[in-house]
Amino acid sequence: MKTLKHSFAALAVMAGMAISQGAVAQGTLRVGMTAADIPLTTGQTDQGGEGMRFMGYTVYDSLIEWDLTSADKPSVLIPGLATEWSVDPEDQTKWTFKLREGVTFHDGSPFTAETVVWNFDKILDDASEQYDPRQSAQGKSRIPAVDTYTAIDDYTLEITTKTPDATLPYQLAWILMSSKANWEALDKDWEKVAATPSGTGPWKLETFVPRERAELVPNADYWDETRIPKLDKMVLIPLPEPNARAAALMSGQVDWIEAPAPDTIPAMEGNGFVISSNAYPHNWTWHLSRLEGSPWNDIRVRKAANLALDREGMMPLLGGLMVPAKGFLPPSSQWFGEPEFDITYDIEAAKALMQEAGYGPENHLDVKALISPSGSGQMLPLPMNEFVQQSLAEIWIDVEFVVVEWNQMINLWRAGAGDPSVEGAMSINFTYFIQDPFTGLIRHLSCDLIAPNGTNWGHYCDPEMEELFTKIRTTFDPAEQDAVLKATHEKYVDEALFLMVTHDVAPRAMSPKVQGFVQAQNWYQNFSSITME
Amino acid sequence: MLSYFLRRLILVLPVAFGVSIICFLLVQIAPGDPLTAIMPVDATAEEQAAMRAAYGLDKPLPVQYAIWIGNLVQGDMGRSIATGRPVAGEVFGAVQNSLVLAISASLIAFPIGVFLGFLAGYFRDTLLDRAVTAISITGVSVPNYWLGIVLVIIFSVQLGWLPSMGAGPGGSQEWEWNWLHIRHLVLPAITLAVVPIGIVARTVRALSGDILTMDFVQALYAKGMSRFDVLCHVARNAAATALSVMGLQLGYLLGGSILIETVFNWPGSGFLLSNAIFQRDLPLLQGTILVLALFFVAMNLIVDVAQAAIDPRIKRN
Repeated sequence: MKTLKHSFAALAVMAGMAISQGAVAQGTLRVGMTAADIPLTTGQTDQGGEGMRFMGYTVYDSLIEWDLTSADKPSVLIPGLATEWSVDPEDQTKWTFKLREGVTFHDGSPFTAETVVWNFDKILDDASEQYDPRQSAQGKSRIPAVDTYTAIDDYTLEITTKTPDATLPYQLAWILMSSKANWEALDKDWEKVAATPSGTGPWKLETFVPRERAELVPNADYWDETRIPKLDKMVLIPLPEPNARAAALMSGQVDWIEAPAPDTIPAMEGNGFVISSNAYPHNWTWHLSRLEGSPWNDIRVRKAANLALDREGMMPLLGGLMVPAKGFLPPSSQWFGEPEFDITYDIEAAKALMQEAGYGPENHLDVKALISPSGSGQMLPLPMNEFVQQSLAEIWIDVEFVVVEWNQMINLWRAGAGDPSVEGAMSINFTYFIQDPFTGLIRHLSCDLIAPNGTNWGHYCDPEMEELFTKIRTTFDPAEQDAVLKATHEKYVDEALFLMVTHDVAPRAMSPKVQGFVQAQNWYQNFSSITME
Repeated sequence: MLSYFLRRLILVLPVAFGVSIICFLLVQIAPGDPLTAIMPVDATAEEQAAMRAAYGLDKPLPVQYAIWIGNLVQGDMGRSIATGRPVAGEVFGAVQNSLVLAISASLIAFPIGVFLGFLAGYFRDTLLDRAVTAISITGVSVPNYWLGIVLVIIFSVQLGWLPSMGAGPGGSQEWEWNWLHIRHLVLPAITLAVVPIGIVARTVRALSGDILTMDFVQALYAKGMSRFDVLCHVARNAAATALSVMGLQLGYLLGGSILIETVFNWPGSGFLLSNAIFQRDLPLLQGTILVLALFFVAMNLIVDVAQAAIDPRIKRN
């Protein structure tokens, strides 16, 4: 009898332990990322948007950040480690930033203007002791406007730009602040910092095993109390293969996966998993060649092609996870404006335009198009491009594909339409990060950025557009700048400067246990509000 | 025997040198740019050029090769461009995991393959032979990544018996011989074993079938030897060739399991290789291919020596 009692007591203890372990486990979110490795942990992240999402705005802060609190409205810039900023009206290259007081890094050291200067040197000054080529490679190209930076006092920073540039706040949203004291304590060795980094962000990196996992825990002292994480832990696991990610979610090895393959979504939904998605600044287009001799120089052909696509008809291909393009930016963008050209499916109007341009059943237009079989952000490029090809065939545009592997595609995109390596292709299917004025509009069509010097693949150059770009850079009032950005986008659409097909909606699949996630219209997300049921 | 072994060992050196040149050049031929892994795609041409110079990628190929091989002989395989970590650590950690998977798959595949092959060879042209042949052809023909996905759907997703990814709990990559880790090994090892089962079964069937028709087998029966003893003789005669096939299969299993390792997120050399290919991570790619190629060379050496030891009829000059 005594033994039986002991057994019951032992069982009760074990049950209690199981329950308490269960309670701890409820606070852990395990995320299957698409990246093949844990993003760079030292400050400026690699692995593109996903790196910034999981290792950037989690562990670190920037001076100016994106508002990630709402799913309903476009994400805008908000104060981060800088509380306010202004440009000198007398000298529009001179900016003053007031920094947030009382912020400390995870190692306890204070955040001051001097640490900001130290961080800029980390990526811009290759003579500085803390210069880190890996972080520089990621960060330097994001702040082309920055010329000098000076700490005026502990909480005042001055930045001068090479020329007046009102897009500076957007550029600064890329730059993450790592701790100088932590780097010094770790023998000034970035490799050691990678294992125990220190930022000011809402999450602290607790465990880092390359290629395997990263474990983040809440920073209870975070300066923004509303963004102190509710979870006990967030575990990041690299799972680059889409089927492996889906299987890991459905077999309960992770609670959340990024970018589930569209064909796995019905099975996941059928098994009670939740698909979260939202519009965000991404587009899937054909960037058109505007070199002499390109048929895309004719606005009638460009408009006809845009009218020939039944975008709604493409939706089943992607399991409904797309936003049909109405412009270069998503319709929900704050800079969409009111373009006159309505991008819709109107095959008759498209045919009429083609006939007006001299094409018809007896006189087809032959075009060569660069596409890739896969690639970051490319969605399902092969079937989607075949859909476009078939649609264009209806208006007598015969498309010949040049299919190249993704890494090589990046090279061909950098090389530009005029390079022999593109084999005369007249368009490139390259998806874009279009979150700020530069990445969203300027870089694609600026005369100064014609490839290979920049990312204007199609060699487009138009004085009127150039004037708008200059205006964007010299309009320092945010509301007025937004108006210029709208006008610029209206020109993009009205002149049908791209074949605008669709926007991704950043699908992510998660266990029904994941609660409280608000998917912002942004490449980055806020994980602080999440709890596990 | 010792002189033969030494001769073969010396021959390995020029082969290894040739392999190193091929490894180095092969990855250079592939179009693409390793800098895409470490720079934003829209970095300016000037920034790209500076980065290319910083990594020594702007130097002529012979110079790059000389630097690479010079470091290699000093035991330095360089650093991964994408991660900045030493290549040696990345490659040997991954090869270790692949070895666990390859040896496990071999332990499943070779006994089953040999058994089925013998059975089919002994009962040649019977229903059993046809059944084994059908099994082995299926094994060789079924795309093993597809089989892997099917096994995951059944045993991980539907039944929830076995995990679908990683080499250990929580995505762990450190292999340990305990059930928590072994359960991660079961599905990939079975999937990987299917092709070698087919190949070994077909090889052993052909060998044993041929040997059984030889005159010496009749002579052994005529001597009054039992069926089991005769089969032992047949097995010994078939062993040398079967061994060489199995040795090469082990090599293939180690280096050729890219798809399986990708499907199961198994942190081995195939997985490493596939990521390095997509990122054009040249030092990592060169290091991984070199180690796998040298493993293949070593397997060939071991198989050759083992063959000579097993079969005295094999004369080595």
